[in-house]
Amino acid sequence: MSVPAIELKNITKTFGKSVVANKNVCLTVNYGEILAILGENGSGKTTLLNMISGIYYPDEGQIFVNGEEVSITSPKDAFKYKIGMIHQHFKLVDVFSATENIILGLEDDGKYDIKKASLKVREIAAQYGFEIDPDKKIYEMSVSEKQTVEIIKVLYRGADILMLDEPTAVLTPQETRKLFAVLRKMKESGKAIVIITHKLHEVLDISDKVAVLRKGEYIGTVNTSETNEGQLTEMMVGKKVTLNIDRSDPVDPTDRLIVAHLNCMNRDGFKVLSNVTFTAKSGEILGIAGIAGSGQRELLETIAGLQPMVTGGVQYIVPETGKIEFLRDKTPLQIREMGIRLSFVPEDRLGMGLVGSMGTVDNMMLRSYRKGKGIFLRKQEPKALADKIIEELEVVTPSASTPVRRLSGGNVQKVLVGREIAAAPTVLMAAYPVRGLDINSSYLIYNLLNEQKKNGVAVIFVGEDLDVLLGLCDRIMVIGSGTVTGIVDARTTTKEEIGLLMTKEVRKDA
Amino acid sequence: MHKEPLFHIVKRETLPWYKSWGVRLLAVVCALIVAGLITLFLTGLNPIKVYATMIDGAIGTQRRTWALMQKTAMLLCIALALTPAFRMRFWNTGAEGQVLAGGMCCAVIMLKLGDKLPNGLLTLLMLVAGVLGGAIWGVIPAIFKAKWNTNETLFTLMMNYIAIQIIGYYVLEWSVPKGSGSIGVINQKTQAGWLPSIGGQAYLINIIVVAVLTVLVYIYLTYSKHGYEISVVGESEKTARYIGIDVKKVIIRTMCLSGAICGLAGFLLVSGADHTITKDTAGGNGFTAIMVCWLAKFNPIWMVLTSLLICFLSKGAGEIATMFNLNLSFSDIITGIIIFFIVGSEFFINYRLIFRGHRKEANS
Amino acid sequence: MIMFIQRMVIQGIPLLYGSTGEIITEKSGHLNLGIPGIMYVGAIGGVIGAFLYENGAGAANMVPALAILIPLLCSMVCSLLMGLIYCFLTVSLRANQNVTGLALTTFGVGIGNFFGGSLIKLSAADVPSINLTATSNFFKTKLPFAKNLGAFGEIFLSYSFLAYLGIIIALVAAYVLRKTRTGLHLRSVGENPATADAAGINVTKYKYLSTCIGSVIAGLGGLYYIMDYAYGVWSNNGFGDRGWLSVALVIFSTWKPDIAILGSMLFGALLIVQNYIPNLSMSAQELIKMTPYLATIIVLVIVSAKNRKENQPPMALGLSYFREER
Repeated sequence: MSVPAIELKNITKTFGKSVVANKNVCLTVNYGEILAILGENGSGKTTLLNMISGIYYPDEGQIFVNGEEVSITSPKDAFKYKIGMIHQHFKLVDVFSATENIILGLEDDGKYDIKKASLKVREIAAQYGFEIDPDKKIYEMSVSEKQTVEIIKVLYRGADILMLDEPTAVLTPQETRKLFAVLRKMKESGKAIVIITHKLHEVLDISDKVAVLRKGEYIGTVNTSETNEGQLTEMMVGKKVTLNIDRSDPVDPTDRLIVAHLNCMNRDGFKVLSNVTFTAKSGEILGIAGIAGSGQRELLETIAGLQPMVTGGVQYIVPETGKIEFLRDKTPLQIREMGIRLSFVPEDRLGMGLVGSMGTVDNMMLRSYRKGKGIFLRKQEPKALADKIIEELEVVTPSASTPVRRLSGGNVQKVLVGREIAAAPTVLMAAYPVRGLDINSSYLIYNLLNEQKKNGVAVIFVGEDLDVLLGLCDRIMVIGSGTVTGIVDARTTTKEEIGLLMTKEVRKDA
Repeated sequence: MHKEPLFHIVKRETLPWYKSWGVRLLAVVCALIVAGLITLFLTGLNPIKVYATMIDGAIGTQRRTWALMQKTAMLLCIALALTPAFRMRFWNTGAEGQVLAGGMCCAVIMLKLGDKLPNGLLTLLMLVAGVLGGAIWGVIPAIFKAKWNTNETLFTLMMNYIAIQIIGYYVLEWSVPKGSGSIGVINQKTQAGWLPSIGGQAYLINIIVVAVLTVLVYIYLTYSKHGYEISVVGESEKTARYIGIDVKKVIIRTMCLSGAICGLAGFLLVSGADHTITKDTAGGNGFTAIMVCWLAKFNPIWMVLTSLLICFLSKGAGEIATMFNLNLSFSDIITGIIIFFIVGSEFFINYRLIFRGHRKEANS
Repeated sequence: MIMFIQRMVIQGIPLLYGSTGEIITEKSGHLNLGIPGIMYVGAIGGVIGAFLYENGAGAANMVPALAILIPLLCSMVCSLLMGLIYCFLTVSLRANQNVTGLALTTFGVGIGNFFGGSLIKLSAADVPSINLTATSNFFKTKLPFAKNLGAFGEIFLSYSFLAYLGIIIALVAAYVLRKTRTGLHLRSVGENPATADAAGINVTKYKYLSTCIGSVIAGLGGLYYIMDYAYGVWSNNGFGDRGWLSVALVIFSTWKPDIAILGSMLFGALLIVQNYIPNLSMSAQELIKMTPYLATIIVLVIVSAKNRKENQPPMALGLSYFREER
């Protein structure tokens, strides 16, 4: 216990010239202890662990393992020091079986013998209560099965220091409980465990100590037993934030978008949405809450015509005439050609909403480039729009032609939301529009959404921060594992109620 | 134990254009020095004298200059054909086959209808046939790419050899005189279907066509709606679908165009230069054009320079070979070396090395 | 019939070498379109070695072991150098693989024909080719008892050692890829280098090793062609498009070296079948030569349409890997 498992001193890492991912971070992890690293999205938690696991190399600072300064230049070095990391994005080879993935990279494992390795995998699985088929190919597995493989991979190597990056983001509560039980067992056997999360209740549940990062900077470490949610939140976000979102009453709410009995499969044939039914009304903001990956993305993409639905339907009610249009099996282009102004701010801003290598002007054209006759593009209008958005939303960019990839996250989002709003939508869907944004940018986005609501737009807002959902929305729909578990009035409900709804469906299964 | 790697690599911010082109220029200079040294080593000739011969060989006489320009025009034409596909990240390695398919169709018309149609109509028909032939050859892999995501690099590569063998078949079938294994110059006497020479320069018309084409392709890619769609699909298929672009349609349409321009190159080669068809009509330019196009970063205007560079080298090295009684393949070696250097230099444009000791020590 | 099988094997072996080399390379995620050039260089390397030794020692005084070893080593060193050029550019400098590969082919074919042409001049022969019959005879040494075993011996035992070596290498490669830890690691590098890296596999080392070993193997295909098929006679461009056929064979065999053995025999048969069809015109022969490519396209299409993950090209084929990419 006397020698810390890992000690970080003044670790700094920058990407390019402008992005400081970690600045002067100091941390200590002891054996027989679970350390939680807490921080908002984009606070540099993952980058920090990536430096310990040899994926990145720090620009400045020192890493000590067992009291000795080390240089971890590759994941192999990390294994040498018995450090194992479970990444949020699984590092698995799709065409390999579970066992093949688990033994991948092991050099000194005796004779290469898949059968023997499979047996050992089964043993470990049995020991900790995992369910796994060692011969199953990764591409046939569900998300939680893949995570099981990742965890067994580290256990198989007998790592003494385990680092888990957001391990619960994709798990059901049962699976989370199982995982925590395993983690506690490993802690008892003297292992050092680092877990990244941004869920406070999990931090309080599992950890012994909490280290907090904010925008790449190290804020401090506290003992879990001596702290509470309030203090941690304060450390995480700076001063205690009471959300001050201006919420007006809904403006003449009438039905605008009716989604009925929607069922959806993903590409691998897993059911991701089942029997989703709800109505979005004009002049109000409908919030969608749920654990990440519960089907929020698929829901919005299905409405936007990007994913096929198995059964069910989407009806759009034309504001002026009240005529009903059916959106089922329509492509985004067909929807637009029907005169339906459906705007969509997708979760993946640079991968889907914008083209990273193009400037603001060219990105403005994404929606409108087809306008006008002839084969040539008209650049005046988008240019004017770009200038307007840059000015009104205070987008910080060297010029309107600078590739948007080089802008900061907040500015990228301003460009995207600005464009979607400029289309004068009647329905505006936004998926995690403030993820990774600083407080000022976030408020700017809230205000924009509120403005749209006042203009009579039906706004659908997918969020992860319950406080924001409660403060911004008029109604909140909760999704759990692809089903609607409840629709509540945001003015009267509580965080606890929503939290319960988020896990309701899953509990029924258990 | 304090062990730090000798250097590590980090990604650079985008360099200003003059710096990145400076790096490329430096690479060419380095390549020429290395090539000079290799020449010295292989042949014992004075490299400076060799380079002088090279310049002489490329532009020493008016005839040579015209030949260089014709060669450049053809290479440029094929590189232009590849550009829309490459901008879409569709790695068309089948230009050789597409040119040959176009040239073949054009030669068939020239051969079979040469004495049946008035010259103007014949030439027009040959043009249409050539463009169609190239387009068909280009669109086949695109259809499979769109439908099943069949690997286009490998598919288009294989299509080259199918085109070559088909030409091999017809060249033997129609060889003049029978059994000679070559078609020979078509319509030697009537010159039917030959593109006219302008001001006594047989190649001028080809050069003009390609010059116009360069501008057209540039405009198409930069200012047209199609060009915009190509850029979006190339950058991110997800974004393209999000804004309602029919990705499959764009892939097929763009490869049609890419193949059609290759077909045009085939027409220019058959009608405007060679007046015959052989397996070597494209002469490997279909492959060289890939490098030309890539070296110019898919920019049609820069391509004028890169194609000129490659042709200059190859003509010049050809002259060296004749002059110093070497082998013509010498130019391939030089071309290879120069491309290695330019391709390698991209690394220093995109990445930066940080050496050990150039880091501030962390103060604990 | 026996004749046909023998010639089919002799035609197929260079393709087998080329495709085994290319499979090993592609399994590390590198599409090496320089293979045709490397095979040329492998061939000319051997020719230069043999030429120097044959002319140095004189055809009468040649020691069999040296007569084989010198060309063999020269060939291997030359193809290794080619592999290193490709590796340095695409792995270390992360250059575009297609462009580098094509340039390497231009370069390699150029080297082959340049030195070939120079040697032809040196040898001052009447015909534009180099004749290394003496060396070739050493390479073509066969099992002495094969003749006495009738048809069986003719079909299975009548080849030179390089032919057997090619088949052995392909079998070993298939075994290594499928059944060993090295193979598992190599495949993971080609499928998902980030995962391999995170698992502690030295991605750069595997890429370098597989590409260089692949190049040397492919180069041997060129050597076999010259020393066995061509009876030690080098003529410029004589090797033809066998390099591209090897690349086609990789796809045809869905990246499996053991299937490539059968594939190479089939391709070999298609290359010579025209000689065994009576009254076949020259032009029809050209069409028959087209069939391997056509067959490859059909396989490529079927594989992509069926979309069975196990038969796909390596996932990261053609992509450079940079660890800190974000």
